[in-house]
Amino acid sequence: MHRTKILDHVILLIGVFIMVAPVVVAFMTSTHEAADIHRKGLSLTWGGHFAETYGTVLTREGGFTGKVTGFNMMMNSMILGLGFAIGKIVLSMLAAYAIVYFRFPLATFFFWVIFTTLLLPLEVRILPSYEVMNALKLTNTYTGLIVPLLASATGTFYFRQFFKSVPDELLEAARIDGAGPFKFFIDVLVPLSRTMMAAIFIIMFVYGWNQYLWPTLMTTDEGFFTLVRGIKQILLVWVGSNIPDYNEAFALAILAMLPPVLIVVIFQRWFIKGLTESDK
Amino acid sequence: MAAIDIAEVSKIYAGGVEAVKSVSIDIEDGEFIVLVGPSGCGKSTLLRMVAGLETVSKGTVKIGTRIVNEVDPAERDIAMVFQNYALYPHMTVYENLAYGLKNRKTPKTEIDARVTDAARMLEIEPYLDRKPRALSGGQRQRVAMGRAIVRKPAAFLFDEPLSNLDAKLRVSMRGEIKRLQKRLGTTSLYVTHDQLEAMTLADRLVVLNGGRIEQIGRPLDVYHAPASTFVASFIGSPAMNLVKGSLEGGSLHIGTHAIELGYPAPAQGRVTVGLRAEDLRPAAIGDETLVFRVDYVEELGAQRLVHGMVEDQALTVALAPEAPLADVLAITISTERLHFFSAETGKRLYRQKVGAAPAHREIVNVEPAL
Repeated sequence: MHRTKILDHVILLIGVFIMVAPVVVAFMTSTHEAADIHRKGLSLTWGGHFAETYGTVLTREGGFTGKVTGFNMMMNSMILGLGFAIGKIVLSMLAAYAIVYFRFPLATFFFWVIFTTLLLPLEVRILPSYEVMNALKLTNTYTGLIVPLLASATGTFYFRQFFKSVPDELLEAARIDGAGPFKFFIDVLVPLSRTMMAAIFIIMFVYGWNQYLWPTLMTTDEGFFTLVRGIKQILLVWVGSNIPDYNEAFALAILAMLPPVLIVVIFQRWFIKGLTESDK
Repeated sequence: MAAIDIAEVSKIYAGGVEAVKSVSIDIEDGEFIVLVGPSGCGKSTLLRMVAGLETVSKGTVKIGTRIVNEVDPAERDIAMVFQNYALYPHMTVYENLAYGLKNRKTPKTEIDARVTDAARMLEIEPYLDRKPRALSGGQRQRVAMGRAIVRKPAAFLFDEPLSNLDAKLRVSMRGEIKRLQKRLGTTSLYVTHDQLEAMTLADRLVVLNGGRIEQIGRPLDVYHAPASTFVASFIGSPAMNLVKGSLEGGSLHIGTHAIELGYPAPAQGRVTVGLRAEDLRPAAIGDETLVFRVDYVEELGAQRLVHGMVEDQALTVALAPEAPLADVLAITISTERLHFFSAETGKRLYRQKVGAAPAHREIVNVEPAL
């Protein structure tokens, strides 16, 4: 084996420490009482109030209307994240399928038009997008939250490259086997793209889950607030006493981190499996 | 099962390139036709037009009694085997075989019966629930053939199906394809660039060059009477020697050598003479000889290929391994085995059939070559 083995481990351990330490601190701190946190600052020890803090955060009805629970916000985030990721995959797969497999005039031109939208991220077009959604009366709806973010040049580009690498003979074999364009897409391309879909799902879910600006703009009704937004809301609104509920903010942050981590862990397995057992 | 009639079919691509030029082939029911030619000769394009994967620019393709120019590939009642197998990687072998049938809404029991049948025939039963990636190249090729067989099509189309296999496997698969085709009696159209494959598989072979048919015929007819210098150099291994010569009266002059033909010359003046390496042999006493300077020798075991020159023209001679070698050999050939081609067009010059001609001629060596 290598002589540098111990050093390798040290480097990796430092990396792990840097990655994990903030999360551990946040988690440990969240188990203390708000007053303790206010007095003593961040904490690395177990505070013993885990159940009550997390219970409160998930179930206590708060906000101006007194109806929003942490669980509500988590569901909203989930809907946004899933809708965002799945919508993007469906849309960009269909777009890439059209671009790669159908000969229509200006196909390449349209691809590059889609591609240039990369230059226009949400932040650039946020006002016109809001105008449109407002005019369509889609503010404070899930549709309004998700649809304007669906068009994905990145996804289309990835799927285009992938479809181009699928051998033409597969299409020809399918044609001789009597599969039309729709059947070929569903029976052959979609199953072949599973690993690509998993990869894009990870990226897009996390991206959607972490959205802050757009949901802030689109939703004024607390029933549509997402977790990410809720964290800030605690410090502003949920003032039970004079001391902000730091413990609850930390707890919410930990909760907000959980689903993306789970998604990555679950899909990573598929992803690596797909990479090592290369099909095609 | 059906006959295939390809009538004056051309393929002209958008850029104006004519890949296939007015090709006509009549394929009988149950016949095994091999399209052979160098890369870019249009053989694959022709096959793909029959399959319906390429549109036919001109002419008609008939399968059975039906003109299929505008018919969808799936409706043509054909099955195709691809060079890279084109198996669906995410489906098991069983699903691969069944997919075409499923799309045709064949009843499940029928699919099952046909797949089992084909699997038994190809000896791939143990692999039915494996994915293609868990199979070797030869096994994948069998699955690809199985996919064609289960459909019970009117015709099999093979697009260089053995090119991705190693040499040994290729030989055994070749035999298997031949056996299978004989057994099923399905009309087959087979594309290859390998003349050996073409010779061994074909009932009739079609030699293509530059989008045109050079010759259609049974393998041995093509071998013994190539219609042009192209066919002569393409069919047979090693390639037929083609040398410049001239016919004057009843004798053939190659450089300073002159050989009495013993039969009426098919033409007069400059010609290209074809001599098969395996027809050339060491001269015995009394034979007409060509003085052959040896360049280098390729040992093949069963025979040895001797490369060298007759005056300024290169020649390859296939000799028995026990034949003595020297720097200069006297070699000869039966004049019956000579092929003559027009020096201008490269077309074969046929000679009139006359009564049996003597095999050997006396030496008319004008001048010693060395």
